[in-house]
Amino acid sequence: MTDLTRLNAAETAATIASGEASAVEVTQAHLDRIGAVDEKVHAFLHVDTEGALKAAKAVDDKRAAGEKLGPLAGVPLALKDIFTTKGVPTTVGSKILDGWIPPYDATLTTRLRNAGIVILGKTNMDEFAMGSSTENSAYGPTGNPWDLTRIPGGSGGGSAAALASFQAPLAIGTDTGGSIRQPAAVTGTVGVKPTYGAVSRYGMVAFSSSLDQGGPCARTVLDAALLHEAIAGHDPMDSTSIDAPVPPVVEAARNGNVKGLRVGVVKEFSGEGYQAGVVERFNGAVELLRELGAEIVELSCPSFTYALAAYYLIAPSEASSNLARFDGLRYGIRVGDDGTRSAEEVTALTREAGFGPEVKRRIMLGTYALSSGYYDAYYGSAQKVRTLITRDFERSFGSVDVIISPTTPTTAFPIGERADDPMAMYLADLCTIPANLAGNSAMSVPCGLAPEDGLPVGLQIIAPALADDRLYRVGAAVEAGFIARWGHPLLEEAPTL
Amino acid sequence: MPGITREEVAHLGRLSRLELKDEELDHFASQLDEIIGAVARVSEVAGEDVPPTSHPLPLTNVMRPDEVRPSLTPAEALSGAPAQEQQRFKVPQILGED
Repeated sequence: MTDLTRLNAAETAATIASGEASAVEVTQAHLDRIGAVDEKVHAFLHVDTEGALKAAKAVDDKRAAGEKLGPLAGVPLALKDIFTTKGVPTTVGSKILDGWIPPYDATLTTRLRNAGIVILGKTNMDEFAMGSSTENSAYGPTGNPWDLTRIPGGSGGGSAAALASFQAPLAIGTDTGGSIRQPAAVTGTVGVKPTYGAVSRYGMVAFSSSLDQGGPCARTVLDAALLHEAIAGHDPMDSTSIDAPVPPVVEAARNGNVKGLRVGVVKEFSGEGYQAGVVERFNGAVELLRELGAEIVELSCPSFTYALAAYYLIAPSEASSNLARFDGLRYGIRVGDDGTRSAEEVTALTREAGFGPEVKRRIMLGTYALSSGYYDAYYGSAQKVRTLITRDFERSFGSVDVIISPTTPTTAFPIGERADDPMAMYLADLCTIPANLAGNSAMSVPCGLAPEDGLPVGLQIIAPALADDRLYRVGAAVEAGFIARWGHPLLEEAPTL
Repeated sequence: MPGITREEVAHLGRLSRLELKDEELDHFASQLDEIIGAVARVSEVAGEDVPPTSHPLPLTNVMRPDEVRPSLTPAEALSGAPAQEQQRFKVPQILGED
């Protein structure tokens, strides 16, 4: 019998629809895999065995009753612990929500359930999605399945690691500055940040509301497209949700083709800090695209060199406001309420005990950037840079259809290496941040292993807002081109654990 | 640009409702100083004529019809409360004794 955990999502759905395996068997196989390897990987914070088997059984019952199944019915998924799940713990990787059981489902959670997708559990992440390594989780780090002593990226390291270790064929992430794409790059998986506003933020714990965007993670471009279609679309519960049709992402993923497409290479996405093997693999991807018939156009976007600085003012500013809701009064932990202290004192003690160092740093940084006397120089200037970045993108998309770059400047670094050096950690998001600031769509797709360390390298593809289908068209062509060259998908070279 | 001092961190901690420990003050002071030093360059690039962008979507006042619809029950809304009494969130004293 085939190992059900090695199938991709489209294959899994077909296996269930044809009756070759039941949804319960598929789910059980993944729960067994989690039991066998997650002690080493630590991708999951919570495994919902009972809920997963119940959801799988419902799909099997539906099939037995002759009802039509959706394209991902019965396929297991690992859900980032930032989306609320009714009756199942949601921690956002923070001690401040330790033990909290949400009384409601996020819109995204509801959509997954309605699609018959089986939620296996909640995945590890940097606390409040602040980080690029998952080391900022209050519940311990996650290992990269390619080398367990290295980081799986972040903040969505748990979701990416679950895919790369075959604990789930699908996962959900959120991307504020690269938290879907950077983990995808360093684990050899596919991750997509849809256009800002494409996927509802209702029930997704807020970090930086003008940047946060949920999106699909998978092992293939087509699987990501199928999941994208399941979760995207207008939601009246999110006032920033876009009321427009979802671009034809599945059709695009099935028809990967770059013939005649104009692909931009931005010169500011290179230079100091880029690992030699990453550059080599990126150049290989450029060469592949050219062979496949794309026209490569060199571009300059001068404002991109200011993107990182603008991001580390805008995101902390919004976070300092958003995280004010964690006051120890209505939900989450409460510390120091001995009957003599005031509410304000209890709030300060609760936040001191409940937040980790990176979250405290960002709250204080945001508070500083927004304070009177500094507002214009910091937050105000960062917002202007955001305008310049948006203009650079608009100008570029006048002459090219997509922009490509390495997803991250380096491969996965060792756990602990940058843990107490915030500026070094922030550099991991150098290439991913501009798309968040402008609200564009972007994807990371594997483009090989760096020769010097044998670790995965990601190719980033950026498309204009509401042109997410271009990502899938290019991503599918690149994926097929590399598989033809390598003779197999990249993940087949990963250790079996 | 002035460096971030220990006292400034303590002030930011108070504004942020973080009861910072003594040993955290020095550590955060040097880290925040380094980060702010690095991000300050945003003020070099944009001229007076560049308008700020606060959000990628040009949205204003998105409203829904004001209709009664199902919502959480009081028990559900209070299910995560650290303390509750008579169907309300029970909180420490908000006003001083005198």
